[in-house]
Amino acid sequence: MDTNVLFIFILSIFLGFEVISKVPSMLHTPLMSGTNAIHGIILFGGILVLADAATPLARTLGFIAVVFGSANVFGGFMVTDRMLQMFKKKKK
Amino acid sequence: MSSTIPYIIIGVSVLFIIGIKLLASPKTARIGNLVAAAGMLIALLILHKTNGEYVWSQGWSFNYTLIAIGTVIGLIIGAIGAYSVKMTSMPQMVALFNGVGGGAAALVASLEFTKPAGDKSAFIAAAMLFATLIGSLSFSGSAIAYLKLEGKFEKPHTFPGQNILNGLILLVILGLCGWLTFNATGGNATMAFIVMFSLSLFFGVAMVMPIGGADMPVVISMLNSFTGLAVAADGFAINNLAMVVAGTLVGSSGTLLTLLMCKAMNRPVTNVLFGAFGSSGGAGAAGASDLAGKTVKSIQADEAALLLSYAQQVVIVPGYGMAVAQAQHQVRELSDELGKRGIEVRFAIHPVAGRMPGHMNVLLAEANVPYDQLVEMEAINPTMDRVDVCLVIGANDVVNPAAREDKTSPIYGMPIIDADRAKTVIVMKRSMAAGFAGIENLLFYKDNTRMLFGDAKASLTALIAAVKAS
Repeated sequence: MDTNVLFIFILSIFLGFEVISKVPSMLHTPLMSGTNAIHGIILFGGILVLADAATPLARTLGFIAVVFGSANVFGGFMVTDRMLQMFKKKKK
Repeated sequence: MSSTIPYIIIGVSVLFIIGIKLLASPKTARIGNLVAAAGMLIALLILHKTNGEYVWSQGWSFNYTLIAIGTVIGLIIGAIGAYSVKMTSMPQMVALFNGVGGGAAALVASLEFTKPAGDKSAFIAAAMLFATLIGSLSFSGSAIAYLKLEGKFEKPHTFPGQNILNGLILLVILGLCGWLTFNATGGNATMAFIVMFSLSLFFGVAMVMPIGGADMPVVISMLNSFTGLAVAADGFAINNLAMVVAGTLVGSSGTLLTLLMCKAMNRPVTNVLFGAFGSSGGAGAAGASDLAGKTVKSIQADEAALLLSYAQQVVIVPGYGMAVAQAQHQVRELSDELGKRGIEVRFAIHPVAGRMPGHMNVLLAEANVPYDQLVEMEAINPTMDRVDVCLVIGANDVVNPAAREDKTSPIYGMPIIDADRAKTVIVMKRSMAAGFAGIENLLFYKDNTRMLFGDAKASLTALIAAVKAS
């Protein structure tokens, strides 16, 4: 195992705590939705396993993983954007 | 692997971090989301296999056709979901997107684990098993959370010994994972893996079923961070650094968000997950008997309009009732109408009003209420004494003074909006039914409180007409 990956993992944990510690509660829902979209990066995992799938079962499950991951990442970013485009200042 | 790729991955990680950071401020939130999305697109374009092969330039095979079709199908499903969902159903949508993400994480780990060849050292095997367990739990748990928010079996489902049974299931799952970590190959391994996978799916259901519908935001936030961790574990398993960074950021920031949400309700997270809060009617009933002799005073729309139009400072406290009645546009209209008369109107936002933190902000933003008119609980409470009229629209537990005054109340100690300290409180409510926590609200019985019964939308329409006429 590559210890560098572990190093990056540990630092990312602290970074994750640090970046959101000052979020106003009004943005909690968009933030949850936005981070939800970021873990849609699992689409890449789906693509990688499906690219190497050798059996019909592996193809089927890999295909489902790609559909799921794709819905997560695209839907996630779109729904967050739709929420956030409504946060506008009053125009006088 | 080309030598520039690691640098691009560093850039992508920075884009994710900046994206989350920008999401934390109203002015930059939308750009933050787009920055993160841009990072995702770049990472997709440079995607490499574990062995260093570039994904998009090898010979096109049937598998690639499947990848293209699958991605497009997911894109279409995601787009339809994202653009058709009503703003009131936003929490459900997040639950669904989170659930499919968890499902994908579990499937990716399963396929890697059951692949005949490949690295199965204890560390990698453990990462795959972790991703399978957490991902499938997040999948089934999110599905139940979705159904609960849709109003299906909203009440907590409990039976004696439930926590013990769930604990035993979890022990079996962990035992299987422990054994599989060191026995990852062979016929028995596949069988044990399938049992572990199924039990994890079941555990997700068993874990969320006893939790009341009011606590679903906390559950979704927790499952969101779970999915992040599962994705990070998958990143270890298939040696994809971008997945490790993105998944871990979501995992840790999601954990913190979950704790912040519990803190806003003044309940330890263990109480939410294992307490089956909404089912205990005992304390609420005791509170009700104290109120036996007291009565509530009701008010009609025209009288309420009069109070409002002669006020100088008005605070509106929205709650889930406003979301259910879809009354956010009427609320905006009323606020504009009062604003035209020189009355200062502010909105008091409780961190857990509605079904999700920020739920009210999203709804009011949809109705074009400018966000600088929305004030958080901590900022508005010190000014409540100077407020002439506090209009409570479909909020209940978050304005219940029992949280301050009644030591026996289950919500004692929860931070609330001090609506009762305004000169007059007008509470718009459908009936005298208790709020989501299932307890009586002392506010309704105060001398300065007037109840305006009826559907929030209908009452507001009547109120707007009366204000215009006065």
